[in-house]
Amino acid sequence: MILTNVQEVKIVNLCKKFRIELIKCLHTVGSGHPGGSLSATEIITTLYFHELNVNPKNPNDPDRDRFILSKGHAAPMLYLNLAEKGYFDKSELSNLRQMNHMLQGHPCAKTTPGIDLSTGPLGLGISAAVGMAIAGKLDKKGYNVYVLIGDGETQEGIVWEAAMAASKYKLDNLIVILDHNKVQLDGTIDEIMPLGDINAKWESFGWKVIETNGHNIRDISSALEEAKRAKGRPTIIIAETVKGKGISFMEGKNIWHGKPIDDEHFNLAMKELSGGN
Amino acid sequence: MKTKQIRQAYGEALVRIGKKDKRIIVLDSDVSNSTKSCIFEEKFPERFFNVGISEANMAGMAAGLATAGKIPFINTFATFMVLRAGDPIHSLIAYTNLNVKIAGAYSGLSDSYDGASHHSLIDIAFMRALPNMSIISVSDPVETEKSVKACLDIEGPVYLRLSRAEMPYIYDDNYNFEFGKGNILVDGSDLTIIATGYMVHKALEAAKLLKNEGINVRVVNIHTIKPIDTELLIKCAKETRAIVTVEEHSIYGGLGAAIAEVIVSNYPVPMEIVGIQDVFCESGDYEQLLNKYGLCAENIVVKSKLVLSRKYVEK
Repeated sequence: MILTNVQEVKIVNLCKKFRIELIKCLHTVGSGHPGGSLSATEIITTLYFHELNVNPKNPNDPDRDRFILSKGHAAPMLYLNLAEKGYFDKSELSNLRQMNHMLQGHPCAKTTPGIDLSTGPLGLGISAAVGMAIAGKLDKKGYNVYVLIGDGETQEGIVWEAAMAASKYKLDNLIVILDHNKVQLDGTIDEIMPLGDINAKWESFGWKVIETNGHNIRDISSALEEAKRAKGRPTIIIAETVKGKGISFMEGKNIWHGKPIDDEHFNLAMKELSGGN
Repeated sequence: MKTKQIRQAYGEALVRIGKKDKRIIVLDSDVSNSTKSCIFEEKFPERFFNVGISEANMAGMAAGLATAGKIPFINTFATFMVLRAGDPIHSLIAYTNLNVKIAGAYSGLSDSYDGASHHSLIDIAFMRALPNMSIISVSDPVETEKSVKACLDIEGPVYLRLSRAEMPYIYDDNYNFEFGKGNILVDGSDLTIIATGYMVHKALEAAKLLKNEGINVRVVNIHTIKPIDTELLIKCAKETRAIVTVEEHSIYGGLGAAIAEVIVSNYPVPMEIVGIQDVFCESGDYEQLLNKYGLCAENIVVKSKLVLSRKYVEK
């Protein structure tokens, strides 16, 4: 599907709004993961507002596209998208991570409409996605399975088990997007556990590899179009991103992976995010 | 005595249910000739997925298949099911109550010669502690076939505890297998021996030995370890007022523990738990290992007398 200028502007504005709401939300509840939500903002929003064939009124439609947030800690950005789409009331957002409410710290398919898979323990999402994609093939359904994984997440062995399986079963209905923000909880990827040549790794596992700018709506959208043209093999889109994108003091800083936002930083962040308006 | 390999009975049962229900998908992690899931592969290659030596990914894939309405059966040795696939079993399958059937082959000491790394003595403890998980442990070829079928009536994950052993028949085809219900195999009033899996045979043997000494034992087969048959357990406690449990599993967190949890809060009576005593075992002949580690009729007799002495003192 071609991205029109109108759609592009709409998604850019949504991303702007989601960043503000994200910071408000995490500041209010005093926990959650800002860094990885901010790097994934454009990717998740482009998926929900341009790419995915889903219907909030029929969240379990067997023909729908699937989306798995394998890097489950970016849950707040997923919730903002789901609420905007109408899967649940926006008032739920202020009860993120709170007892007796639906929005769990990591996505839970049992409690939250629109979640295709419970995630959190890294690496599991891509493995389950392989199963979903095989089911789609067996049932001759036209849906695609989209998975967003973190770069640090690929340090988990199961990611490569799943990568081998997706290649063996020629899952061209599986599209993985790698949020390449280069930072993990304890430091940069290069400090903690370098990933080496990411493209070469995935290519050698039999995947089609596409590179894109993970903060540019038009680039993300054309990468997705290209991914869907793959035949007989799965695709990974390596999306170049910045952890903490949009808030200068968070950008590229591992301490903002899961740090609560105090009043001082909240005010600074809000000033920056609203400045562009 | 007529016997049959449990894995053979399991593989044949998969084919039987696979014929009727196209939603059934079988996955194995490169041990299909051992688990006998290969029997299903021969009949339904398009619904069989050998994922290689990647147990965690097998369980993850099964979770994905289940979200799309399939009924996956995943297969590997029980010990790897727990220790390698435990993460997706906990966080994908049990957490979301996905309809995945988890077949743990070679449980207990049944893969005896392969040694402690291949023995499975903690699987019941792990599976019991998972919300939404059901556990069935089989004691003969007929029960194996019936449990595979019964799995389909349960909407949610089931752990099927299988064995490498060749087991004598306890039941015939008329066996009315009821999920969640224990069976009284021999009635008696002095004490109840409650066993699961291959240990049911040892319990029956012990009951004969005790009978020769004038002790009338009730023998109960608990095939469904979770949810456990609370009603039957309390009835046995009330009627025989002494219980010995027998399992091919650590004494921690297994059948004995499950029964003790019911007994202490409902009708406390003297109890003894026969199982593996917090040790790693070793390679060797299956029956010789069972004897060495106390999973034999003779040791059940000793524990039965111990529990009876406490029953009469406490009375």
